Amino acid sequence: MTVTSYVFGVASAVIGLGVVVELLRRRHLRERHAIWWLIAGVLALIAGVFPTTLTWAASLIGITVPINLVFFVSIAILFFVCLQHSSELTALESKTRTLAERLAILELRLAQSDGASESESTTDE
Amino acid sequence: MPAFNEEASVGGVVREVLEKLPGIHVLVVDDGSRDHTGVAAREAGALVATLPFNLGVGGAMRVGFIYAREGGYANVIQVDADGQHDPSGIPSLLDELNRADLVLGARFAGEGDYTVRGPRQWAMVVLGQILSRSSRTRLTDTTSGFRASGPRAVALFAEHYPAEYLGDTIEALVIASRSGLVIRQVPVSMRPRAGGVPSHNPFKAAAYLGRASMALLFAYVRPPSTYAVRSGS
Repeated sequence: MTVTSYVFGVASAVIGLGVVVELLRRRHLRERHAIWWLIAGVLALIAGVFPTTLTWAASLIGITVPINLVFFVSIAILFFVCLQHSSELTALESKTRTLAERLAILELRLAQSDGASESESTTDE
Repeated sequence: MPAFNEEASVGGVVREVLEKLPGIHVLVVDDGSRDHTGVAAREAGALVATLPFNLGVGGAMRVGFIYAREGGYANVIQVDADGQHDPSGIPSLLDELNRADLVLGARFAGEGDYTVRGPRQWAMVVLGQILSRSSRTRLTDTTSGFRASGPRAVALFAEHYPAEYLGDTIEALVIASRSGLVIRQVPVSMRPRAGGVPSHNPFKAAAYLGRASMALLFAYVRPPSTYAVRSGS
């Protein structure tokens, strides 16, 4: 491994992690959405700073070419992020549905009480 | 009465229901229609709740159940706005509610001349057998949208009426039987739909069967806590 590629790896990990932390700091990202990105960033940083940990982890689970472990973990993390988004989308849809239902009922109630007060005022006259 | 773009038929159906069953309150849930369904229903004498966008039959029905629960109505009867369901069947549904929590108006149980053939019919037979077993009663028309719910069913459905396609008919039955509600069916006659022909495309039938099986499978494997009714409301 050349010095350039070492610096490139570490810098990429630091930039990735920095963006996540900055978004969290400014409340552009909620913690529960950031957790996978934080894990990915920390892992990338560890593997970038200490490349031997990657080789060690790969041999530990029997992967011959360490880079394959990187691909596997990356895809796994992206998979979980997608799944979390689908799940959040379902929750949001369910909330939107409930809000729409409540709105329909409240509008009907409002129209009914308007109608009732109107007919009251006409009988008063 | 859930209604989506039914301005041509909804007024007539509402008038017929009010005429045949005086004293009943008709709530039309306008499911985000882009035509004048709401106006037509209001002119015919129904209460109209308007959803801001289309939610599907399940969403429209839950509005009805919530309205019934909060307005103190004991029973809810669902009737299609397209005129397919004959309101003269309502008294027999209501009568059966004395012995059950949920009553289905079944199209193939002897009355009327409504038939479905091919893969769609097989799908309905299989669905009927599975649901009959779990609800311990004979059901032949599980996708019927002509049904009556008693107080226990109204309380359950006001919280848990499913929104998915086919969920509103199939999953609702599973929720009801898993919650220990008594389900019955009574024969009703159906009229041909005012517009549109039932599809006999085999691919559509296969898709229908697939989606129905999915809905059924997940309805059975869902954890029981999903259907818990909050007490005290």
